[in-house]
Amino acid sequence: MYEHDVLVVGAGGAGLRAAIAAHEEGADVAMVTKLHPVRSHTGAAEGGINAALHPEDSWELHAYDTMKGSDYLGDAPAIDTFAQDAPEEVIQLEHWGMPFSREDDGKVSQRPFGGLSHPRTTYAGAETGHHLLHTMYEQVVKRGIEVYDEWYVLDLAVTDEDDPSERECHGVVAYDIQTGEIEGFKGRKGTILATGGPGQVFDHTTNAVANTGDGPAMAYRAGVPLEDMEMIQFHPTTLPSTGVLISEGVRGEGGILYNAEKERLMFEHGYANNDGELASRDVVSRAELTEINAGRGIEDEYVHLDMRHLGEERIIDRLENILHLAEDFEGVDGLDEPMPVKPGQHYAMGGIEVDENGESCISGLYAAGECACVSLHGANRLGGNALPELLVFGARAGTDAAGADIGAPEIETGYEAKSEDGDLDSPVELGAVGGTDVAADGGAVTGAASTVEAAVERARERVDSLMDGDGVNHAEVRADIQETMTENVNVFRNEDGLKQALRDIRGAREHYQDVSVHDPSRTYNTDLIQTIETRNIIDLAEAITAGALAREEFRGAHWRQEYQYRDDENWIKHTMLAWNDGDPELYYKPVILEGAEKTYEPKERSY
Amino acid sequence: MSTQTTDEDSEATGQSDSEAPASSPGERRRAEKRERQTEKARQAAETESDEETVLLKVFRYDPEVEGKREPRFDDFHVPFYKGMTVLDALIYARDTYDSSLTFRHSCRQAICGSDALFINGRQRLGCKTQLSDLDEPVRIEPLPHQDVVKDLVVDMEHFYDQMESVEPYFDPDELPSDDMAEQRQSRENREKIKMSTRCIWCGACMSSCNIAAGDNQYLGPAAINKAYRFAMDEREGDERKEKRMEIMEQEHGVWRCQTQFSCTEVCPKDIPLTEHIQELKREAVKSNLKFW
Ligand SMILES: Cc1cc2nc3c(=O)[nH]c(=O)nc-3n(C[C@H](O)[C@H](O)[C@H](O)COP(=O)(O)OP(=O)(O)OC[C@H]3O[C@@H](n4cnc5c(N)ncnc54)[C@H](O)[C@@H]3O)c2cc1C
Ligand code: SF4
Ligand code: FES
Repeated sequence: MYEHDVLVVGAGGAGLRAAIAAHEEGADVAMVTKLHPVRSHTGAAEGGINAALHPEDSWELHAYDTMKGSDYLGDAPAIDTFAQDAPEEVIQLEHWGMPFSREDDGKVSQRPFGGLSHPRTTYAGAETGHHLLHTMYEQVVKRGIEVYDEWYVLDLAVTDEDDPSERECHGVVAYDIQTGEIEGFKGRKGTILATGGPGQVFDHTTNAVANTGDGPAMAYRAGVPLEDMEMIQFHPTTLPSTGVLISEGVRGEGGILYNAEKERLMFEHGYANNDGELASRDVVSRAELTEINAGRGIEDEYVHLDMRHLGEERIIDRLENILHLAEDFEGVDGLDEPMPVKPGQHYAMGGIEVDENGESCISGLYAAGECACVSLHGANRLGGNALPELLVFGARAGTDAAGADIGAPEIETGYEAKSEDGDLDSPVELGAVGGTDVAADGGAVTGAASTVEAAVERARERVDSLMDGDGVNHAEVRADIQETMTENVNVFRNEDGLKQALRDIRGAREHYQDVSVHDPSRTYNTDLIQTIETRNIIDLAEAITAGALAREEFRGAHWRQEYQYRDDENWIKHTMLAWNDGDPELYYKPVILEGAEKTYEPKERSY
Repeated sequence: MSTQTTDEDSEATGQSDSEAPASSPGERRRAEKRERQTEKARQAAETESDEETVLLKVFRYDPEVEGKREPRFDDFHVPFYKGMTVLDALIYARDTYDSSLTFRHSCRQAICGSDALFINGRQRLGCKTQLSDLDEPVRIEPLPHQDVVKDLVVDMEHFYDQMESVEPYFDPDELPSDDMAEQRQSRENREKIKMSTRCIWCGACMSSCNIAAGDNQYLGPAAINKAYRFAMDEREGDERKEKRMEIMEQEHGVWRCQTQFSCTEVCPKDIPLTEHIQELKREAVKSNLKFW
């Protein structure tokens, strides 16, 4: 068994920031990550990092914009903390050498971004995430922080009290991908999940192949509620064969969307008669899909984004990186032909329920970054707010886990925070096949070491049973989930479709009972890793769909055909889903609108 | 066979017509898509000469598995579509024919640096290489000059060690006294280091380098480029730069480079590696002259 004070699971932006913070408090920190840190998907972020740096800007304005963007589903204590801490985090990055784009006077540049009342987005060319990731990994190397890379975390080591809020997390069980060894990792002071987004739940996503939502799935099964899972952001312009993101910049410069009949769809079909292609992400995504569903898509799959009329000179000057993306990943020359695009899953606003200090209801278990839900983004994330989130809350989680006092949180977690029972009209049973799946069995397991050992034992048995037998390939199960999610739980949602998705997910879950790993090797067995990831994908797909069926309104990214309005009377509350040892329970908790300086009043989200 | 199992399962869970019309457009499309895929796979398996398929010859090796201990090449026929990359083809082959086919990959967009491979005799990223740009059959091998762990996966430890041996972190002589004040950096200076900061640690350059192949201790182009990135950053200060130059001038540092440009040719991020190495050589000469 390995032992450290603080364990950080995941080494993207959130994990790296948490590890550095814990190390600065004097803790012995280790990172356990299935990818080498620099391979994390934080590297793919292009746009930027929001922070109120200018003297004429203020954290209050940033907080206000974020609350408004969240469509009043964000919690004020999280939003205020975020906006207050973001500037020092950005300066900290600069002091660590991040190559920000600069003004003539040598200061860090800031540009305007959608939904922001002030130009407060700092950036480093079109590779902001890449530089953020590498800059922080460099600091991890400098500090000599231990990294177990290509170790896949299989499960959490959590005690088994009936009430999840009484449980404690003592560490994790991980699998060394290169050798096949399964080992316990004890986290004496805390364990921080920083596993990133769940994009692979959908078959078309801007997320990486490794973004399988392992953290939320593990925390959920251990007893931590998942919050606002239905809130998924889709991006309207992604390349059809890979999901690679084509930035808003193309439409900003005047790019036009056409359907198969060469109609300028945004106007000719009346989706946005004023803003046209520049309407918000969700409006454009729904327009494209309406066209495709009506048979006006190209190859029944996508629409065209055309920038040829801008002329070669302007394209090369302003949009050169887009030309490369279209050519490298789609085989299309954007100077010569229109680029195929379609909506793709992009970001998860929901996730593991935590407070402003990053801690969940299970003591010693923390989460930060995209896998967590503080809740900062509520029903809709503003572009450029995810990277500062992982800095601010990664740092807070690391500091708190190391034992430093950063004040008591205002946000409540766990069942104590429940305000209302939920009632889900699901056509099928949810949760574990057979009814129960208890996080930790054996009843009498107490003490840190034995909790970890028991978890290791369970993980070994699970791996052995997956390796044994001649069942179905997990890829089939995964494809079924991804298809139904993309079909039924994407930008368009209605009751029939959501129920169909729950049925399909149930079918996939039962099908999964028969999976096995065909590669017999213990050396670098990606078949095994992916088979385990697919289980996590099933749990998250179900949670997302359950939340989407429960929320009977249209708020932020969540659109319901039957409910075409935001219902502030009934729905300013968080959708919570607790695993409940295999028999999931839906409930609600209040949104906190009382901030440090003022109470936020819900206003119409129009720009 | 698998499709049937799914169908049975969903019937067992009580699917009723009123809630899910069997012929909803979505379902039809899905069914058609499945049909198309099966049809393609069938065609692919049957006709080697079908122009819609591509033949991959993939290196296989597993030290643990009977029959794979001796390295061999496996053939995979993969249905081709416009825009398909080498990585897409590998994923298809794995998910459709052989789930034990092993390769690293994650981002699919040339930013995580996981899938540098030796494709038709050249180091390239699988995700950034269009099949339509390659001659058939497409030969896919692990990066040369590295230990093979399994199939296309190589041991990257040595590469990481070299990267980390050049003190690859920003370490300024001094920081502004005000915690909230940023260091200034001129646009020109940022522009100067820009290309060097784009490295994604893919290892293609190191694998292509003859010198690195012959001298295991040679820092290699990526690590030298990393050092360049800091040495040229005006924010760090002269003292630090001098220390960085000492690392570069060591026996297995910049002077080993024989300007063959192979690294520059294969770098998927178009970093002018050889130029950076040459510039450091010139810097080294300059700073040595100071002491003479
Ligand atoms: C294309 C794209 C562009 C974006 N652009 C912007 C932008 O401009 N501005 C902005 O603010 N946001 C942007 N975002 C969002 C933002 O980049 C992400 O939300 C953020 O980077 C996520 O960081 P993370 O640290 O939470 O996760 P990641 O960076 O994804 O890291 C996850 C880590 O967890 C590890 N891990 C996962 N599962 C396991 C396991 N089971 N065991 C061990 N380790 C595990 C992985 O190895 C990895 O190291 C963008 C997102 C995408 C996809
Ligand atoms: S310098 Fe280029 S080829 Fe070498 S590791 Fe970096 S990105 Fe890869
Ligand atoms: S998959 Fe990330 S670089 Fe190719």
